[in-house]
Amino acid sequence: MQKTTPEITLAARNLKRRFGKHQVIHDVSLELRRGEVLGLLGHNGAGKTTTLQMLTGCLLPDSGGIEVCGIDLLRRPALAKAHLGYLPETPPLYRELSVNHFLTFAARVRGVKTADVPAALALSRQRCGLEAAGKKIIATLSKGYQQRVGIAQAIIHQPAVIVLDEPTVGLDPAQIRDIRSLIRELGNHSSVILSTHLLGEVESICDRVEIMHHGRLIYGDTSAHMQEYGHVSGFIISLRNPPDISVLAGIAGVGNVEQITPNRFRVLHAPDNNPSDALLQLCAQQGWQLDQLTPLQATLEDVFVRITDAESAATGEAK
Amino acid sequence: MIRLLAMRELRSLFAVPSTWFVFAVLQFILAWFFLARLEAFLEVQPQLAQLANPPGVTSIIAAPMFSTVALLLMMLVPVFTMRLIAEERRNQTMALLLSAPLRDRHIVLGKFFGLMVFLALLLAGVPLMLYSLMLGTHIDQGLMLSNLLGLLLLAASYVALGLYISALTTQPLIAAISTLAVLLGLWLIDIGALADNSPWHLLSPLHHFENFNNGLLDSGDAAFFVLFTAAFLALAMKRLHNNRIYG
Repeated sequence: MQKTTPEITLAARNLKRRFGKHQVIHDVSLELRRGEVLGLLGHNGAGKTTTLQMLTGCLLPDSGGIEVCGIDLLRRPALAKAHLGYLPETPPLYRELSVNHFLTFAARVRGVKTADVPAALALSRQRCGLEAAGKKIIATLSKGYQQRVGIAQAIIHQPAVIVLDEPTVGLDPAQIRDIRSLIRELGNHSSVILSTHLLGEVESICDRVEIMHHGRLIYGDTSAHMQEYGHVSGFIISLRNPPDISVLAGIAGVGNVEQITPNRFRVLHAPDNNPSDALLQLCAQQGWQLDQLTPLQATLEDVFVRITDAESAATGEAK
Repeated sequence: MIRLLAMRELRSLFAVPSTWFVFAVLQFILAWFFLARLEAFLEVQPQLAQLANPPGVTSIIAAPMFSTVALLLMMLVPVFTMRLIAEERRNQTMALLLSAPLRDRHIVLGKFFGLMVFLALLLAGVPLMLYSLMLGTHIDQGLMLSNLLGLLLLAASYVALGLYISALTTQPLIAAISTLAVLLGLWLIDIGALADNSPWHLLSPLHHFENFNNGLLDSGDAAFFVLFTAAFLALAMKRLHNNRIYG
């Protein structure tokens, strides 16, 4: 279904930033619409954090412009920042305060009126699963809970734009799942921009992705399109009673088979001709006893290589 | 907004045990000093009674006590100002303030007033002890008030200086030692300049406090404190702004 285009909540134009002689950000422009989750994907040191710091007004760009909900962040910072919620890489927590005191402070400092604070507090605690932790001192909470408090302070004033810097780093898998579903939910009402170096994170929660490399945005598209880049035609198969490798290689459609362990094989095939159905049938007929069949996942590295290859090919053609 | 930030500062201060420890130790020291001065006064009282125009209880007990507190402030203030901005940077909580709809002056003034209220609470025991003398005798209200005002202005100038130095670094300890060094330096300039009319005296906050200590309200001294405080607060705001530029 084609939705009417929602308004742009965050727009950055031609951001540039240098630290000393080192140009960290080259000409970064991006746009974010309401109800969109944008993933900023890149290696450590690609400039993701610097970009997010500029988008939240913690750092001024050398040149370029930023608008939050149509308000110029550089000219009228106080007005624009009221629409922003920011969770930096290290959650900004006053560890000696209790969760309630801290969140109340965060709400007031973001301009929530005193009368509205209890409702905002209750809502963000409920969204972040902090109902039982209100009176606890933040320093005594586990890392996962501290991260939740960090998210709670970023959303307590229900901002139009939520900026999250690596929100799932250092959490255990269950916490990662909780936080991802929370981010998805936040994306229904607000715009979310998050940075990550995990490909899977972008695939599971982001509508759109911008890939950042050495301070430049080298690729921007929907995350579904990006997955095509990340797609590798192949799988890993584990058999408890494997046949000879030549038998596997002989199945129609199989391009290349490599034995990893006596029971595990990496099978590559042509993108348009997946032999896994034929293979599974043979498994059942011949009693190879299938254990596992895992599609191959591309790494961020693979995607980078493909995208940069595709780009250089495109520029080559243009010439 | 300033009040909100000041309240946060106070709440954080009182949430740490070390604050209460300093609080307790300081009350003990002040009380001991007060009682020692009181005892000395009681000993010399018979001799004072024979003088034609004897100094009163306020100038024998209160004035020395205030000048001691003024010296103590020099060591006390850096301990509390060191955290103000340096620790926010180190704990990365500065991002919360920088990304909030606040101006740099809100942040600086919030911290300044928060710490001033704290120092007022910390030193509230001094006037309370001195006013307890009213149970048995008369005290010189004028001298008391000029001392209190002087102490307030002195504390403000120290806090402003400490706040600025705290804004320069990410290490609270470096901020504390630097602030102490500057305050000691200003004091040493004062006592090192022997000539009474040496211009070096003018640089020292403690020198300007002396007149207040003696019950002399000089607008020049008050202006010095106000300018000193305002200058360092402005520098701290400038520094926060530069932080966004230079990272």
